[in-house]
Amino acid sequence: MARLLPLLSLALALALCLTGRAQARDITIDLTDPIVSITTGFTGTDLLLYGAVKQAGDLVVVVRGPTRDEVVRRKERVMGVWVNRDELVFDKVPSFYRVASNRPLKEFLNPADADRLQIGLANLDLRAKASGKLLPEAPYEFREGLIRNLQRLGLYMVHPDNVVFLSEQLFRTRLRFPANVSVGTFTIEVYLFKDGKLQSTATTLLTVRKFGIEAQVYDLAHRYSLAYGVLAVIIAVVAGWAANAAFRRG
Amino acid sequence: MDIYLPIAEMSVNVFAIFGMGAGVGFLSGLFGVGGGFLMTPLLIFTGIPPSVAVATEANQIVAASVSGVLAHWKRGNVDLTMGMVLLVGGVIGSSAGVWLFTLLRELGQVDLVIKLCYVVFLSIIGFLMLIESVRAMMARKREVLRRQHSHNWLHGLPFKMRFRRSRLYISALLPLGVGIFVGLLAAIMGVGGGFVMVPAMIYLLGMPTSVVVGTSLFQIIFVTANVTVLQSVTNQTVDVVLALMLLVGGVVGAQVGARVGGRIHGEQLRGMLALIVLAVCLKLTYDLVATPHDIFSVGALGH
Repeated sequence: MARLLPLLSLALALALCLTGRAQARDITIDLTDPIVSITTGFTGTDLLLYGAVKQAGDLVVVVRGPTRDEVVRRKERVMGVWVNRDELVFDKVPSFYRVASNRPLKEFLNPADADRLQIGLANLDLRAKASGKLLPEAPYEFREGLIRNLQRLGLYMVHPDNVVFLSEQLFRTRLRFPANVSVGTFTIEVYLFKDGKLQSTATTLLTVRKFGIEAQVYDLAHRYSLAYGVLAVIIAVVAGWAANAAFRRG
Repeated sequence: MDIYLPIAEMSVNVFAIFGMGAGVGFLSGLFGVGGGFLMTPLLIFTGIPPSVAVATEANQIVAASVSGVLAHWKRGNVDLTMGMVLLVGGVIGSSAGVWLFTLLRELGQVDLVIKLCYVVFLSIIGFLMLIESVRAMMARKREVLRRQHSHNWLHGLPFKMRFRRSRLYISALLPLGVGIFVGLLAAIMGVGGGFVMVPAMIYLLGMPTSVVVGTSLFQIIFVTANVTVLQSVTNQTVDVVLALMLLVGGVVGAQVGARVGGRIHGEQLRGMLALIVLAVCLKLTYDLVATPHDIFSVGALGH
């Protein structure tokens, strides 16, 4: 038995390796840059996701940003003025969500897969919570309000024909990240469908971070907020003084 | 050319922000007013979150007031004793204001309260200025005798103090109360509060007009500095990059404005400013009353 063990584990490793390689060969993807840096001149950026599939089929690319809780508020008219009244907190909402595919989703995607993989805005699993507990189902209006607002900010997008096949196997898609994109780790998932059936998937990660002076200012403001405030005042006092001196001379 | 604002987390056009700073600076040089009450609504109109606009404008006013007070200081037009009492009140009021601001933010009502405060104050000030300038234009030749401050119950209050520079002997509670009220406004509206402070000093406290502006500017420095630090600590809403851009534009604009201002009649100037104030007020009112584009809005928790 003791002699068999290494042999057994070798066989197991070999099997794992083989299946792993088989899967890896189905879809191969890469990004032009795995890091998006928000610097002083940042106005959003375009990344190119490209790759190859072993066999022809339909491709869906889903990009999800880091999650955070979002408050959705509904305005009501009170004495002629629009005032925020009811509010609902949504749990772990992706801050960014983008779906791209080579042709309209409904032409090849079956509803069960769409629902399971959360492909498409209607299939996003957005859960509302009240006093710490998740609600079974979020009120439709609030859910739609949340999605509509994020779409308006350019953070939620569905582009049915953004994946371009250059040949049977080679494809690419352009991913747009607007200036108001949040920082953190983004997941990019690529699904390959053949005759409406999911064949294989591939995943890659993308990091969005603030870089340079922007990052330092943000860091200082959030980590050493007292020092930041004092520094802001000192800068203002010096600037005011300098302005007065310049004015006197001029 | 665009620049990314690290705290507001959005990208803005550099020239637009410079232009706004210069424009408001020009008006403040022209009319001799602070300009915070115009700048904060303008920032909100350009899409800067109101909470960032208010806190950042407080930071900019520190600079504007420092450069303004130096000239008055040299001419001895600052009543230091009065300024100290006002600023004690101002620090109390603005601290309470920042606390209230944070509370309103958590309730999702801060944007509304900021805009409502603006509508109320801008409409009052705009109308008062308009009436006064029209009246002055109609009766320019006639000498108007302004009564010295009258004596009423306010002068029966305890804790009387002597304010030598202002030649006053009044209760310290009066300037303290004025300071608290103006401090509260400064924190919530992102203004220096000169437009409330100056009339209060003249009509309520009875200070001579020569020391009013200098003393008001003196205490505004400390109140807005207090707001800047407290907003930084509790809400992280002070955007230094934005404040610096506004400041540079504002300095240039104020110089040009002050030079142009010497050549135009005071009453006409006041009438023009009144119209600008009323226009901003009208736009804010419209935004509050008109049916919004989307009755649902989104804000990240703790943002």
